[in-house]
Amino acid sequence: MPLYLELFLAFFKIGIFGFGGGYAMLPLIQYEVVDHARSWLSITEFTDIVAISQMTPGPIAINSATYVGYRVTSSVLGSFIATFGVCLAPFVIMIVLSKFFLHFRSNKHFNNAMQAIKPAVIGLIAAAAISLMNKENFIDYRSTVIFVMVFIASFKGLNPISLIVAAGFSGWLVY
Amino acid sequence: MPVTVKHHKIFITFLKIGMFTLGGGYAMIPLIRLEIVKNNQWIKDEEFCELLALAQSSPGPVAINSSVFVGYKLRGIAGSLTAALGTALPSFLIILAIAMYFADFRDNLVVKSVFKGIRPAVVALIAAPLYSLSKRMQMGTKALLLAILACILVAWARISPIWIIIAAGLIGLGRGFIMKEKK
Repeated sequence: MPLYLELFLAFFKIGIFGFGGGYAMLPLIQYEVVDHARSWLSITEFTDIVAISQMTPGPIAINSATYVGYRVTSSVLGSFIATFGVCLAPFVIMIVLSKFFLHFRSNKHFNNAMQAIKPAVIGLIAAAAISLMNKENFIDYRSTVIFVMVFIASFKGLNPISLIVAAGFSGWLVY
Repeated sequence: MPVTVKHHKIFITFLKIGMFTLGGGYAMIPLIRLEIVKNNQWIKDEEFCELLALAQSSPGPVAINSSVFVGYKLRGIAGSLTAALGTALPSFLIILAIAMYFADFRDNLVVKSVFKGIRPAVVALIAAPLYSLSKRMQMGTKALLLAILACILVAWARISPIWIIIAAGLIGLGRGFIMKEKK
């Protein structure tokens, strides 16, 4: 399959099934671009992209599409195709929903399906976190210390951007 | 009917939303509300809550979904396109610049040690909201079991998340039909 087409299809799939947005889309992105379907990025590069997405504006799905598109093809066109791919399905679906707005919100079958999709997505996010807890991201005890501290701080409601900055600063100090 | 909103006005407003919403996801909601409901009064507050519910139950980034909805309401499909472009453009340009140069930066010693510190933090940031998310959802035992099963199937059995979402949707649908028959 031509690379551009494969890139488009991978991100098109991520767009269609990315229920919940944000972190909920990470497991899909990871499956498509890191270690299962294809290995366009290493697991550490993927983790770095999540960090960069947190510190730059915009949705994580768009950020990773733009980044992966460029890295895979070394061209702006690749970036554009991946970003277009990830936005296309949500765009079309949202237009249809905006048109039939009220009917959809009160649709019993849709609500029934969402009742099971929501907890499943929680499980998917947990899976994303678990698969990132590997030797590449956790190189020694210092990684674990940073993990625990950021986990507690984030749980207490501290801002993720400042936590990433603090973790980066700690990394610069201790490594 | 209110006066027709100009395309460049829609574009600039969503460009602002795309530019100043660091972190994405839920961090974007207050700014979207400020611009759409307060500053421009394009939609009312009650409608904004509906919009959020819709944007979150539809697949894709919440920011894009919200802009498509508001754009459509103002100027139809062309308005949706203008709004979505405005939202996506800043992050597209910034990440493109990073993609072009980050690969070279990654070999820099300082950058290397900074990212060694950042990586475990990212994992913590993904894991930490899980508890409050499941609490807000008021998960029962069955929902919790479903979440655990989904997690195991993806993390260890390496099944595509797409299959999990399709299967969960079918389970929810099927459950709805069974409950109806019982009544």
